[in-house]
Amino acid sequence: MSEFFTSIFGGGMGSMYLEAFITTIKITVISTAISYVVGIPLGVLLYGTSSGGIFPNKVLNSVIGFIVNMIRSIPFIILLVMIQPISKIVIGTKIGDDAFIFYLVVAAIPFVARMVESSLKEVDAGVIEAANAMGSNNFQLITKVLIPEAKPSLLVGGAIALTTILGYTPMTYLVAGGGLGQLAIQYGLYRFQPKVMYVSSILLIILVQIFQEGLSFLAKKLDKRAKNS
Amino acid sequence: MIELQNVCKTFPVSGGSVEAVKDVSLKIEKGDIFGIIGLSGAGKSTLVRCMNLLERPTSGKVLFRGVDMASLSKKELLEKRHSISMIFQSFNLLEQRTALKNVCYPMEITGVPKKEAVAKAKQLLELVDLGDRLGSYPSQLSGGQKQRVAIARALATDPEVLLCDEATSALDPKTTRSILQLLQDINRDMGVTIVVITHEMKVVEQICNKVAVLDNGSVVETGPVKDIFLSPKSQMAKTLILPQNNEITKNMSQRIIRIVFDGQESSEPVISSLSLECHTAVSIMGADTKNIGGKAYGEMLLQLPDDEVSVSRIFKYLEDRKIGFEEVSEDE
Ligand SMILES: Nc1ncnc2c1ncn2[C@@H]1O[C@H](COP(=O)(O)OP(=O)(O)OP(=O)(O)O)[C@@H](O)[C@H]1O
Ligand SMILES: [Mg+2]
Repeated sequence: MSEFFTSIFGGGMGSMYLEAFITTIKITVISTAISYVVGIPLGVLLYGTSSGGIFPNKVLNSVIGFIVNMIRSIPFIILLVMIQPISKIVIGTKIGDDAFIFYLVVAAIPFVARMVESSLKEVDAGVIEAANAMGSNNFQLITKVLIPEAKPSLLVGGAIALTTILGYTPMTYLVAGGGLGQLAIQYGLYRFQPKVMYVSSILLIILVQIFQEGLSFLAKKLDKRAKNS
Repeated sequence: MIELQNVCKTFPVSGGSVEAVKDVSLKIEKGDIFGIIGLSGAGKSTLVRCMNLLERPTSGKVLFRGVDMASLSKKELLEKRHSISMIFQSFNLLEQRTALKNVCYPMEITGVPKKEAVAKAKQLLELVDLGDRLGSYPSQLSGGQKQRVAIARALATDPEVLLCDEATSALDPKTTRSILQLLQDINRDMGVTIVVITHEMKVVEQICNKVAVLDNGSVVETGPVKDIFLSPKSQMAKTLILPQNNEITKNMSQRIIRIVFDGQESSEPVISSLSLECHTAVSIMGADTKNIGGKAYGEMLLQLPDDEVSVSRIFKYLEDRKIGFEEVSEDE
């Protein structure tokens, strides 16, 4: 048994996995966080400008909608190549973890914006009407009614975003970044050490579970609509 | 307090338009509990939403204390809405906030200091009998309790008017009565003018002093509740007041009258005295009596005997006693 573990984690492999594990968490969490910082306002804008929204604006809605859909329809690997020059300007480099975070963020923002939009759409129209009848301005409506009321749904969306972004992290091998995905591909594909690939993949699966279950649990716990809370 | 002048509201729909409110003029005075009654789709919600400009009238004017609501800037309108509160059939509480925090919401947005807001919210929840449920979330409250929270929330900004859109329609009869009682107390003790939207005559009878009958977007009859209850003129008012009479009269060849009690006669045994004095028997086809504004009101459907002499004796008896009655014609 211990031989088995030594064969997997021995000879410096243990610290290699740990480092990759942490790198992956870092890349995923930072990318998701930045995507939300931009994605939430964008989602609010998409929701608000839609017909029947709180500040309908057909033109703005179509323009943002078009850009969002366009970016979403470009496969990540192609998008990554396309925006490398922009990364050079914004981040200062085309490769490495920081550049990779930039690529992930650009790809994830439209996705996050759509998810935020759909979470906001779930907020009961009656509640919004009541808030309007009480004389809430748009800012109050967004910050005190829409987002707090949509919080459980937003958290569920957050779990989806986090795990989806995690699923894209192996692409980092294209830009010489680090992490579990990179380990799996480098060792599995190029160095013919399938064991490393399997271990990295299992660690990725564990990470997905942690993100998914953790946020779902939080969403449930925070949702006051549930009878038992 | 609120005056509507020739208010029309038309909604564009695919392939045409819906005239939800047609040329409605109403005057709601300070201190009124004003009922607006009509069947589903009559345009009640649309009309009441015009009062706080949640819906902008297509034409016509909405005056609040003499001020044309449409002339206000966006900011002024939002401020006005603090004086015109609203409650709803579906309560529309913030699900992720406790009862206390729900009541605090209108004060939060008007910039009342937090401490003050919490103290006032507690006081209001006491008033609606929920002093012990401050920390409960809406999902933990019954319908009646949710509506009480909504009422407390509506009162938080010291409104002059409270608009109630089918506020009791989702509640059972007992809870309905207690909510209506609460509204009546608020009207009396706090001087809040109340507009009650409903499709139930019972609601109007219990608390309103004035009523407008809405039929297909138009006001077909308006006036003091007592007058309309005693002698409804429009077909719609009759339908709403006498839902049961239609079925009864349809299958009857006999003559039927509807007699109306308006408070003072309720202590007298009218029907038995009538039988005794007129030397005839009458059958009671239907009866419904209730309390309106503390007085007993009611109506009764009587099947008249066949001979004309007895009938005229009955009519005379009723006239002498100033009991309102009308013959219910068969084809209605
Ligand atoms: N936003 C809208 N767009 C199109 N038509 C509408 C809209 N709102 C209401 N209507 C129409 O206006 C009419 C009146 O609707 P309203 O909701 O005011 O009726 P109501 O008397 O409140 O009915 P209920 O008792 O069922 O609530 C209906 O025919 C309805 O279909
Ligand atoms: Mg309605």
